[in-house]
Amino acid sequence: MSAVRCVNLCKTYRQGDQDIKALDHVSIEIDEGDFVCLSAPSGGGKTTLLNAIGGLDIPDSGEVYVAGGRIDNLSKGELADLRLKQIGFVFQAYNLIPVLTARENVEFVMQVQGVPSAERRDKSNAILKEVGLEGLETRRPGEMSGGQQQRVAVARAIASRPALVLADEPTANLDSKTADELMELFTQLNKHHNTTFVIATHDQRVMTYAGRLIRMLDGRIVDDIDQRAA
Amino acid sequence: MHLFGILLRLAWRNLWRNHRRTIIMLGAIGVGVWAMIFMTALTRGMVDQMITDSIGVLPGHVQMHHPDYRDDPSISNRVSISDAALNEKFDDADFEAWASRVRVPAVITSERESRGVTLLGVDPAAERDISFFDYDEVEGRFLESASDQGIVIGKRLAETLETEIGKRIVLMSQDPENDIADRGFRIVGLYSANTKAIEQAYAYIGKTTAQKMLRVDDATTEVVFLGEDYRNVEPVYEAVTSAVDDTVLVQRWFDIDTYLGTMLGVMDGFVLVWVVVIFLALSFGLVNTLVMAVFERVREIGLMLALGMKPASILGQILIESMFLLALGLAVGNFLAWATIVPLQDGIDISVVAEGMEMWGASSMLYPKLYASDMILASGVVLLLGFLASLSPAWRASRYEPVEAITKV
Ligand SMILES: Nc1ncnc2c1ncn2[C@@H]1O[C@H](COP(=O)(O)OP(=O)(O)OP(=O)(O)O)[C@@H](O)[C@H]1O
Ligand SMILES: [Mg+2]
Repeated sequence: MSAVRCVNLCKTYRQGDQDIKALDHVSIEIDEGDFVCLSAPSGGGKTTLLNAIGGLDIPDSGEVYVAGGRIDNLSKGELADLRLKQIGFVFQAYNLIPVLTARENVEFVMQVQGVPSAERRDKSNAILKEVGLEGLETRRPGEMSGGQQQRVAVARAIASRPALVLADEPTANLDSKTADELMELFTQLNKHHNTTFVIATHDQRVMTYAGRLIRMLDGRIVDDIDQRAA
Repeated sequence: MHLFGILLRLAWRNLWRNHRRTIIMLGAIGVGVWAMIFMTALTRGMVDQMITDSIGVLPGHVQMHHPDYRDDPSISNRVSISDAALNEKFDDADFEAWASRVRVPAVITSERESRGVTLLGVDPAAERDISFFDYDEVEGRFLESASDQGIVIGKRLAETLETEIGKRIVLMSQDPENDIADRGFRIVGLYSANTKAIEQAYAYIGKTTAQKMLRVDDATTEVVFLGEDYRNVEPVYEAVTSAVDDTVLVQRWFDIDTYLGTMLGVMDGFVLVWVVVIFLALSFGLVNTLVMAVFERVREIGLMLALGMKPASILGQILIESMFLLALGLAVGNFLAWATIVPLQDGIDISVVAEGMEMWGASSMLYPKLYASDMILASGVVLLLGFLASLSPAWRASRYEPVEAITKV
């Protein structure tokens, strides 16, 4: 069973009197346990595709399947449930709830899921340590650097051990050393827990970690390379 | 429960995010609630006193008359039970006080003026607890017995008649045969009352003296009974009714003074209207605050939705925040009300403005009455209406589109 399958996805935005094809007949199939990088120049359609896969945005046409189930025709409530229980998100622009501390942000998804507090605490502490934020657990987002905030977002995305992680530019604000560490962490999770990763990025270094590299341009897939085979 | 925990936490932290706005809102709600309760307490006090002043004294809580006395309050319509028989019936009864009296219209004449008055032939011992003035504060003296030969009138009446203690006046009324019954009296005392109108209205003589003057043996025209609380007169009413037959008419105070009776009923309605009106003023601030708060948080609300939180939880979160704000405001308001009313319960001197209010029986001291039921009513209304007013902004927040929130850079 594939973790993600998209069939002929199209999404058009109107800007002024111009139609922009953010997704133009995109079809991909991502297997469980794949580690995929999505690379495209700015405006290439990465975020739009991730949103469609994550059930945040409904494409104009085409079909989206996650874990074998079709999702583009689900109700809002069902989509919310899917996002909550099966997908870990790192968003490109805005990730943290300002009134919650780093740890509370990491625990947020688990808390909404109903994970008992002791278990939440253990998991969030462990993950925060892994992303190198030990000691900053009680800081609020406003009291952390961009890179630290990014790492909190990553910690939240993986803390609840979702089957699928969708990360939009997760290393954008990180120095190369921290970015490497983060990618190592993703690779570990991918190997040990068979977590499927789909990562949108500009970053050449990030792409080297990927088992599979999908290149997009103007909403179309232009290249799909299996790097492990190579 | 986990979910509720995070909602509480988010609501509470968000509430304190904009300190200034929250504190201003708390102040506004606090002052509004204070105004609700304070005004209510003043009005309650006023009505309470008006009723106590007008019925707790002279008229009592329950009265007995000849069935025709209301239409023609003259000596012809006497209580058909003799004074001696009344004493037998009610001397041991469980009333705060009771008294039988002769009450008829009369004309009082000094050497200069004459005036119509209500003549009261009373037994001073029986009337002590039903009197609107303290016997000891009467200038000169009050009547000493039912057969006292003097007359006691109000200070204002004495001024009008241009007479004074020690002078003589003539009282004139009618006997049961419609013949003139008159007599001269020496003024022995002048009483003061809360209102000048009362000081003009009543002239007191001894009951036996009155009975002799009107030639009615030991008959009376009015028997009054006083219970413990004007709000609960049924026990008194039943005790009296069961002791007499239908040759007399027994009435409760609100049967007699329907205006005051209605006023008491209207008070509860008034309190509710007043509370709602103030709330409406407050609700603009409340809704505005919430709309602003929700608007400022488009992105994080969208983020929470994107992460899989249900719209109902967003709705709940905003409602909880609003309830926190209202509950704190209520605490402030109730405390302010308590702190300002309790020291004033000994009375506020409003004699400066009282002259103009005398016509409806108000006196020159105002005793605010803080009832727990009024505080609960005000708080309940604020919470309930506040909840309803918050629904719309909370609903709007729960409808946000998550994609827009998280993709806008
Ligand atoms: N809400 C929107 N309204 C109008 N146009 C949009 C909207 N969202 C995306 N677009 C357009 O769709 C195209 C694809 O956008 P998308 O955000 O998917 O690109 P991207 O690959 O994520 O770019 P970046 O690397 O800058 O994040 C762009 O041309 C963008 O301008
Ligand atoms: Mg993007």
